[in-house]
Amino acid sequence: MIKIKDLHKSYHMGSNSLHVLKGINFEVEEGELVSIMGSSGSGKSTLLNILGMLDEADEGQYILDNVPIKNLNEKIAAKYRNEFLGFIFQSFNLINYKSALDNVSMPLYYKGIKRKERTERAMHYLEKVGLANWSHHLPSELSGGQKQRVAIARALASDPKVLLADEPTGALDTKTSYEVMELIQGINDEGKTILVVTHEDDIAHMTKRIVNLKDGVIIDDSRVEQVRASAHV
Amino acid sequence: MFDLERWQEIFETLRKNKLRTILTGISVASGIFILVALLGISKGIENGVKSEFEQDATNKISVWTGVTTKGYKGLNPGRYVQMKNSTFEAVENQYDDYFEYRSKDFMIWGGTVSYNNETGNYRIRGTLPDNQFIENADIGYGRFINESDLEENKKVAVIGNKMKVDLFKNEDPINKNIQIFGMNFKVVGVFYDPGGDREESQVYIPVSTAQKIFNAGEDIRNMSFTVKMADNFDEAVAMSNAIAQGMEQKIKQIHTVAPDDVSAVRVNNTLEQAEQIYSLIAIIQAVFWFIGIFTLVAGIVGVGNIMLIIVKERTKEIGIRKALGALPSSIVSMVLQEAVFVTMFAGLFGLIFGLATLEVFGPFVEEMTDYIKYPQVDFNTALTSVFLLVFAGGVAGFIPAYRAAKIKPIIALRDE
Repeated sequence: MIKIKDLHKSYHMGSNSLHVLKGINFEVEEGELVSIMGSSGSGKSTLLNILGMLDEADEGQYILDNVPIKNLNEKIAAKYRNEFLGFIFQSFNLINYKSALDNVSMPLYYKGIKRKERTERAMHYLEKVGLANWSHHLPSELSGGQKQRVAIARALASDPKVLLADEPTGALDTKTSYEVMELIQGINDEGKTILVVTHEDDIAHMTKRIVNLKDGVIIDDSRVEQVRASAHV
Repeated sequence: MFDLERWQEIFETLRKNKLRTILTGISVASGIFILVALLGISKGIENGVKSEFEQDATNKISVWTGVTTKGYKGLNPGRYVQMKNSTFEAVENQYDDYFEYRSKDFMIWGGTVSYNNETGNYRIRGTLPDNQFIENADIGYGRFINESDLEENKKVAVIGNKMKVDLFKNEDPINKNIQIFGMNFKVVGVFYDPGGDREESQVYIPVSTAQKIFNAGEDIRNMSFTVKMADNFDEAVAMSNAIAQGMEQKIKQIHTVAPDDVSAVRVNNTLEQAEQIYSLIAIIQAVFWFIGIFTLVAGIVGVGNIMLIIVKERTKEIGIRKALGALPSSIVSMVLQEAVFVTMFAGLFGLIFGLATLEVFGPFVEEMTDYIKYPQVDFNTALTSVFLLVFAGGVAGFIPAYRAAKIKPIIALRDE
């Protein structure tokens, strides 16, 4: 599903240049649930941003679902993001003046789907994350866990190939974190490919594979025995 | 542009962000409203002053006499200067080529006029046929005084519309007899005058008849002329001034009045006043336009400012939308359509509200003062201002929207 070869990325701040990714190589098969770990500054967020086409690599190859992702202009990037990817952010990034339902139907709007079908599909995904009763609430009326569930429903709405989660539990307490992870595991069980960036060990162990990043290189990449989040809830 | 889905999205955004929408709307609507009101009032002042002034012909020169204040050539001060038919003829002979219309009047300020049982007190004015044009009077029924009336000293009368309403009610006054100081006069016409009731409360009779029945001999009270207009207004004013001065000296000479005696012979040159009033109107209009244009500029800057803030405030939202697959073009058009829609809607609202206000309050203002009349706005001017504002709002919205659409989503998302 995802193939990455010799990926490099530097940031330039004035005269200083910061080499963040120093040749990353890895592959993700369809249906995998992978966590990317590393301390802050290890380059894990940068990697995720590149995978998410929110940022571009300086060098190297990135192939997503057999499509080489390169020389992106804004238009194509937008199209690929909409088609291939679903994002889950640490800070949820819901649009605060839109109801849960409208937030979830947003990617469908940009896909050009008609209103009626949009609403139906969005409702379906809200049910899936257990928030059908909260569909007309604004984000400000939801708890952190609920917000992240709405964000997950939104990420799923356009039926993307890959879900990218950037510290999805970073802003949540332990119990809520496990609930969210349970949901993510459930989605993965249905066959969705999911990448989770985290720095929490317990969260990482709830995935099936842990990729460890340090100073811009992968120092460890191993499959692990998945801990079911439901056991902790 | 006419994508229904997109409009739904925009209406939803506007509805969910009421405060922002309303603030933008108010600043646009009030700007246009003030502009419309200002232009309306300025037009009203122009109309009012002009109509107040154009009761009589604007190129009129009128001559009145009074009592001398200075002794001259052995004559004592305090002598009333009585103009005669011969004075009129002397002036007429000298300046006839420059005159368009001429009239000499003999009038009684107030006299009893009656018809059947209806009686009233009206000004009785003996005059010449030309006076119709000097006074800007319109004939409603019948005719004005003519030459044969004068030659035969006919007892005919042309009454004002106010008199007609007072004395005749709904009856046709033509060829009916009215009594002036008990003498029968045949009504031959009814006139309207832009001066209104005051001017229409008088009756015109031939000047020769008036001199006769009031035993005035050759006396006249005043004379009035209109000057032929030159093509150029300034030239006309200069010519009119020259004639007025020449005429004054001529009359003073005839009646042996000191050349510097200002109250004995008064020559009133309307065109000179017209020039002053027109330049006053021009200044008033310029001031109103000045205020109006700067109101518009303030409105444009205000709208631009609001648009900048809106886009800034929405940077994160734009990042989210881009992460979800929004095209840069759809971001730009979203912001633009919102801006244009709000400014257009609010602008037209301000326009209609302004026009309605002028329509509703105009008549009240007109009643309060004679100097404001028909406060109206040229619809095209107002509409142009609205579009100018909409355009400015669009431009002011476009620049930050374009920039925001160009920002990488990751940077936009970091914006807190």
